[in-house]
Amino acid sequence: MSDHTVKSYDDDLASLKQMLAQMGGLAEEQLANAIDAIAKRDTRLADIVIAGDEKIDALEQQIEEKSILTIAKRQPMAQDLRQIIVAIRISADLERIGDLAKNTAKRTHAISEQMPRKLVSGLTRMGNLAQEQLKNILDAYARNDADKAISVWRSDEDIDALYNSIFRELLTYMMEDPRMIGPCTHLLFGTKNMERIGDHTTNIAENIYFLVHGKAIIEERPKKDSTSTTNYNLIK
Amino acid sequence: MDASPQMPTLSKVPRILNERETKIVASDVNVYYGEKQAIKNLSIDIPDRAVSAFIGPSGCGKSTFLRTINRMNDTIDGCRVTGDILVDGKNIYDRDLDVVQLRARVGMVFQKPNPFPKSIFENVAYGPRIHGIAKSKADLEEIVVNSLKKASLFEEVKDRLDHSGTSLSGGQQQRLCIARAIAVNPEIILMDEPCSALDPIASARIEELIDEIRQNYCIIIVTHSMQQAARVSQLTAFFHLGDLVEFGDTDEMFTTPKDKRTQDYITGRFG
Repeated sequence: MSDHTVKSYDDDLASLKQMLAQMGGLAEEQLANAIDAIAKRDTRLADIVIAGDEKIDALEQQIEEKSILTIAKRQPMAQDLRQIIVAIRISADLERIGDLAKNTAKRTHAISEQMPRKLVSGLTRMGNLAQEQLKNILDAYARNDADKAISVWRSDEDIDALYNSIFRELLTYMMEDPRMIGPCTHLLFGTKNMERIGDHTTNIAENIYFLVHGKAIIEERPKKDSTSTTNYNLIK
Repeated sequence: MDASPQMPTLSKVPRILNERETKIVASDVNVYYGEKQAIKNLSIDIPDRAVSAFIGPSGCGKSTFLRTINRMNDTIDGCRVTGDILVDGKNIYDRDLDVVQLRARVGMVFQKPNPFPKSIFENVAYGPRIHGIAKSKADLEEIVVNSLKKASLFEEVKDRLDHSGTSLSGGQQQRLCIARAIAVNPEIILMDEPCSALDPIASARIEELIDEIRQNYCIIIVTHSMQQAARVSQLTAFFHLGDLVEFGDTDEMFTTPKDKRTQDYITGRFG
């Protein structure tokens, strides 16, 4: 798209986009470290993640302030207005992703001593998938690529499907050995966090689609998370 | 609606609210100023009882087209109009059409308020008197009071109707001009940048007034303020270099315009 007659308007929008890219980069890093920390039971790394969440929160606030100021000053229309609204929405999703990474890292402390390593592999796999989703969606945003956003949006069902199988796996461990209930519950929350991160990337995908096309995605998103209706007795 | 010569009385025919019929149909309109073509093959259907906004950069032809609707262009030397403009099905460029009557049906409000150097009362009474709308003095007074009320000016001037119209503030003068336009029972009101000489509060009062009266008239407003067009109109037309680029629902024009030129213009990316 061509430039605005008023150059500083372009600067305002560019700086919003840049702040969001920075926030996305931080969220990616936090997520990667959180998964690493819990996989290696590295409490030092976990603490770095916990402390690092502040930066993401601060960026979200800056994006919000910049957005409000830009709306007030420029009275944006059409795509420009969507650009700003979408920046506010995406920053909220990234902030939540940061929180979920932090929460996952926190659990490193709770499980560090007692847990056999094999238990954590499901969470790591989920984490890697969520990381890939996040990377792809940030890429799609940087390029205003609605097609890529749609493909990320669709692939969230892979995360959901994996979450179902890990959920069942962890339940089985817990039934086999009640001493595993503690750590497995933490792992279950950790994997649920990854599943939630997947959902936030689909929110971002919907926003990218709206940004580009000016309308919402009409199709129903395929959802494969069936854990909320999974009966304990059926697994047994 | 019948477009017979007894036009001024026609708007007294009760109108059903919220029913949008087409009021003006323009087809293949071309306007030339000497050699220069200001409007190119323009066709548009403008609805009744709604506000249509014309937007576009200076020189795009929006004001030129506005002036064709009450044949104000007739007064400009070298200006030539081809094509058809139908108001209620009647071509206003027909030879037998009475232009004075047409202008009573199609009122106009200009960029700068232009009250007559007469009293507030006389400003409003002038039109009904020359068009023979008032049957008695009491009738005339009623028309003046009602017009001033419709233009949201009455409360401010009721104690000084004999004061000069030019003694009012800019915003009040513009509302006086709207009252003057309304007084002859027009069906169409053309507004050529009616707020460009007013401060934001006076502009807001005009916008509020447009909103109040829009159910009774076909209003066309030319404005350079996109925000104003977005706020006051139900339909928006974007003009560029003599072409009508896009005409559609205001909500869509300012959120998801179809044409790239419209998008560039409304987002401030032009030129």
